Amino acid sequence: MSLSPFEVSSQTFVAEEEQSLEALDASRAIEGRSPLRLAMARLRTDRMAWIAAAMIVLMALLAIVAPLVSTLTGHSPYNPDLVNGTNSFGQPYGPGEGGFILGTDNVGRDILVRVAYGARISLLVGVLATLLATVGGTVLGLVSGYFGGWIDALLARLMDAVLSFPYVLAAIVLAAVFGGSLPLTIGVIAFFSWAAIGRIVRGQTLSQKEKEYVEAARSIGAGSFRIMFVDILPNLVAPVIVLGTLLVPVAIVFEATLDYLGVGVGPPTPTWGNMLADDQGSAGFAAWWFWVIPSIALLITTLGFNLLGDSVRDALDPRTERLFATRRKSAVAGPAAGEPISGEVAAP
Amino acid sequence: MADLAPPPISPAASGPLLQVENVVKHFPIKRGIFFKRQIGKVQAVEGVSLEVRRGETVGLVGETGCGKSTLARCITRLHPLTSGRVVFDGVDISRLSAGQLRPHRRRMQMIFQDPFGSLNPRRRVGSIIGDPLAIHGIADGAERKRRVQELMEVVGLNPEHYNRFPSEFSGGQRQRIGVARALALRPSLIVCDEPVSALDVSVQAQIINLLEDLQGEFALTYVFIAHDLAVVEHVSDRVAVMYLGKIVEMADTAELFGSPHHPYTVALLSASMVADPEKARSSQRVVLHGDVPSPINPPSGCRFHTRCPKAQPLCSVEEPPLTVQAGDPPGHLTACHFPVAPGERLVGAAPEIKAAVAGFAAASPAMGEEGKG
Repeated sequence: MSLSPFEVSSQTFVAEEEQSLEALDASRAIEGRSPLRLAMARLRTDRMAWIAAAMIVLMALLAIVAPLVSTLTGHSPYNPDLVNGTNSFGQPYGPGEGGFILGTDNVGRDILVRVAYGARISLLVGVLATLLATVGGTVLGLVSGYFGGWIDALLARLMDAVLSFPYVLAAIVLAAVFGGSLPLTIGVIAFFSWAAIGRIVRGQTLSQKEKEYVEAARSIGAGSFRIMFVDILPNLVAPVIVLGTLLVPVAIVFEATLDYLGVGVGPPTPTWGNMLADDQGSAGFAAWWFWVIPSIALLITTLGFNLLGDSVRDALDPRTERLFATRRKSAVAGPAAGEPISGEVAAP
Repeated sequence: MADLAPPPISPAASGPLLQVENVVKHFPIKRGIFFKRQIGKVQAVEGVSLEVRRGETVGLVGETGCGKSTLARCITRLHPLTSGRVVFDGVDISRLSAGQLRPHRRRMQMIFQDPFGSLNPRRRVGSIIGDPLAIHGIADGAERKRRVQELMEVVGLNPEHYNRFPSEFSGGQRQRIGVARALALRPSLIVCDEPVSALDVSVQAQIINLLEDLQGEFALTYVFIAHDLAVVEHVSDRVAVMYLGKIVEMADTAELFGSPHHPYTVALLSASMVADPEKARSSQRVVLHGDVPSPINPPSGCRFHTRCPKAQPLCSVEEPPLTVQAGDPPGHLTACHFPVAPGERLVGAAPEIKAAVAGFAAASPAMGEEGKG
């Protein structure tokens, strides 16, 4: 069915009117909705955000129930089991063979159980490293931008230095010196990630501190600490949330990279990175499930966080709101397109 | 209203509330990435002295860029001074550290020009107005909320809107929020930095009436900055006219508007609109030629001599002091070598300018508007 330009524009008009009525209702309420709550409301109407959230929840559930999976299947994530885990020729089981849903690896360990345990490490590292990097980057960016002068010069150069550092080499050296471990991995990832956030927070702070509300805060006697964290920080929440969400998948891939290179958490702890590394030599491409399955797990997780980050940015950034609203409203207005226009105008 | 009791009278209560003595504010202009060197300075305020008595309203007028707002920020110590003193209620606050300054901030507040920029968009109105109470540890929790709602009522806002965001209010309502914030600490002095110039005319009147009511109710002293002469004439007891960082004339409002002496004041007054068309036609307009000179490199001698219709060689050499002219009441100060006598007609360069503009407009009608600007 084709619409004339007139019909299309009137549909949009109706949609906009509905929206403005919504806005009116919101302002009638005594308590104003905070920008974050408005963004959450927008996010809830975004189908892609739901898909992304589902992917993340799926992996999180897998991580939570990992011990249960191990108990139910009776397979340990750590111990090689060449007796039950391989067939009569000593070959690993493929997916669905011998009671192993996702098959076994070259030493007979259940890949399902190992992927589930790997999800714990990936999510833990991804979220913790991101939290550390976000908090550190935000605080240092705020301090740098707000105080300026030599503090800013020092911190800004430090951010440049961190961003230009060959982080894989640094991680290899650190792992060689201290031995790979979970805290070290988280620390390394956080250390090489905070500068990206710090730089953006610094830039935003530089523009925010020139606003008159900062002057107003100073005129009522607010100290620097209060101005930074009570007045300026709430205005930086949107970019920080977006950056933080988009940093999680980067941290997860970073962790997988370090583990693949053998300088991360390290065996026997199952991680997606060392699963990829362990299995590549002996089996190669014949036993495809060795590397395809951890890769898919990695893909679902990172894709989920990336898509969610995009949706969060759409929901938080007022500039994309219009575009976003039309996309959403055209979907809403679609089925009603055939109805007479007068009826629709009368409806609200 | 019991909590909004008058502030404690300080020992120096007899003297003027605010003394501004020779305040100078220069902003350095720096060049270079690593080794910044100063290549010049903007002389925003150049030796201003001013006295504000308790309970009065002192108006400060001048063109954009003449240093009014900088002076306001020097008075409230939002800018450090280059030199000079600001004595507030007997205490020199111009050299105090941020911590030493805090107790004085309670008694000296500011209302800002931009009702949009001066309220934090991400914070609720209740916490914006309650901030001064929180910072100075005056009230907490339910008590703070009660006080904030009381303040909202005082300035004519619905106290139920406590939890809204600034974006949900109109410009006039936002300025009321700004007034409530300035009022929260029960200050003696409020510096109003063009509080109504960003508002619609009908709303301007409301805010000005509010400020006048509050002055009576809370015994406030105002320093009122504006470029709208009608507003200043209406609210002020005394008016100071600023040009390029200096006060050129200062007098009681009726005196200044009735018999201005400085050529700049005369030009400024003649430029303001008169609501009566008959009067407007008969009144003489003084059109100044040229732009305001740059405060980076101000003219020698009297700073106004480059544009003054009465300028003489002396004016470019010697700076006229701000003094009482012969035959004036003691409060009327003028900084001019050749003050305008009552009834004197200032013609200056006006006819040439008018002719030039008219000729230009006739030659290219499309460019006419720009030519005038």
